[in-house]
Amino acid sequence: MESVESQIAEWRAYVASAPAVNGHDVDELEDHLRHQIAELTEAGLTPDEGFLIAVKRMGHLDALSREFAREHSGRLWKQLVLAADDEPVRSASGWLEAFAFAAAAAVAIQVARLAAGFPDEEPTWFARNLGLFVLPFLAAYFARQRQLDLRGWVLTAAPFAVAALVVNLYPYDADSDTEILVALHLPVVLWFVIAYPYMGGTIRSHERRMDFVRFTGEWFIYYVLIALGGGVLMALTAGILEPAGVDVDRIAEWVLPSGAAGAVIVAAWLVESKQRVVENMAPVLSMLFTPLFALMLAVATVVYAVTGLGGAFDRDLLSVLDALLVVVLGLVLYGLSAREPSTSPGWMDRIQLVAVASALVLDVMVLGAMIARIGDLGFTPNRTAALGLNLVLLVNLAGAAWLSARFLIGRVRFHRLERWQTTYLPVFALWAATVVVVLPPLFGFS
Amino acid sequence: VHIDKDLVAASATPLVLAILADGESYGYAILKRVRALSEGELEWTDGMLYPLLHRLRRLGYVTTEWRAPPEGRRRQYYKLTDDGRAALADQQRQWVAVTRALNDVWPGSGGLLRAVREV
Repeated sequence: MESVESQIAEWRAYVASAPAVNGHDVDELEDHLRHQIAELTEAGLTPDEGFLIAVKRMGHLDALSREFAREHSGRLWKQLVLAADDEPVRSASGWLEAFAFAAAAAVAIQVARLAAGFPDEEPTWFARNLGLFVLPFLAAYFARQRQLDLRGWVLTAAPFAVAALVVNLYPYDADSDTEILVALHLPVVLWFVIAYPYMGGTIRSHERRMDFVRFTGEWFIYYVLIALGGGVLMALTAGILEPAGVDVDRIAEWVLPSGAAGAVIVAAWLVESKQRVVENMAPVLSMLFTPLFALMLAVATVVYAVTGLGGAFDRDLLSVLDALLVVVLGLVLYGLSAREPSTSPGWMDRIQLVAVASALVLDVMVLGAMIARIGDLGFTPNRTAALGLNLVLLVNLAGAAWLSARFLIGRVRFHRLERWQTTYLPVFALWAATVVVVLPPLFGFS
Repeated sequence: VHIDKDLVAASATPLVLAILADGESYGYAILKRVRALSEGELEWTDGMLYPLLHRLRRLGYVTTEWRAPPEGRRRQYYKLTDDGRAALADQQRQWVAVTRALNDVWPGSGGLLRAVREV
């Protein structure tokens, strides 16, 4: 019996080392194994023989681990899921390809910058097309990584071509508001376009959509880290070279745009290849900031409700609140995607409900103020874009609040919350696309 | 008869749901029941049962609970929910439709339809 116990322990350690299998799963599998051994021993086999047969019946660990990964894609949502059956998960040349695309993006932005004469001149086409200089490279990087076929490449490229045409053929007025709105919304639209190659074309899959949400959050974290490091590097470089009489501003002109563009792809590559690092960090960050934002939102809501400022939001405050609502939604979405779906409601879910409910009340107040303003002064491009964004947010937050309240009292499964958000994602993309495509002609490109 | 592995995979969900419809159970017991029901002809890899059960849990078809029987080890019990019952009913309709269609094109195998009607 002694030797079987040690064999089971070894087997257990081996199974536990599989990336997508967690401690509870191992307990469950071990229980199964022991049952099987016990039954086989009763039938007359020795424990050793029973162990061998039971392990054999359990199945090949690679196949088993892949099955677990497919189901618990959140635990390890890319490596195993996206790798084909027996090909190595990542070849050694992975970083080379990422850096090639990053370099291409860096060169593209530099060419555009020189053509625009930035920063001495600031032609509006430069700002308007900014996303188009960088994000196609990210899309191409994913299209290659996911080994898309010709149709996939065409479907990836088409939205970029359409966007480039729309953005550049529209005759914007000088100092046009709609042009600024396009510059703000186009990167959002293009980011959603990247979802297509990222998901390897399976955009209908709700699981892959959640993966994309998770990717977006983790990409953002990496990007901020790179930007911080880059900032420190630039500051030190300036400190060292300035006394030597070097014109640091000239250097920054060259390094900053290229660095910012290249970092977009490097951050994506880091999310993909250094998954474990960010996987440990991101839930901690969201656990840290969700309560803080919830507290801040709850306080703000109470203050506005009590002091009756509800009717007198001015324009600056409106845009701050809009930004705040978007950030909260981002946190909530990321929190959802990082959560283990099978666990029962806990205190984080309650805090998230507080955040969502406060955001909902704030959104209603913002909408009220906005409708009053539009009633007084009529529609402008900015007001229309803001009104649309708030309505889109309102519906999302209302649905999220309703479902998470029902989840907390045990009436619906967590699965429904995820579904609501993943089903809603295209609405955000559609609204941003509407602002880029429909709004400018609607307001005569003013 | 050797049963194709796609067919084994497709029948796994309705089988597990149907077994749980008789009352809550745990992994090993479910697997033993599958073996008994199919008289050993459905070849399951034991481990694969668990990802399947976890998927059913995520979809809300089953609830789970860890319990330690007085004499034994801690183990996870699976229990069918109302959603799970609905899913089972839906699966049954689909399988009846499939078997009926197969029966129509295979006139000789009258026994198949009789077997389905008894369900």
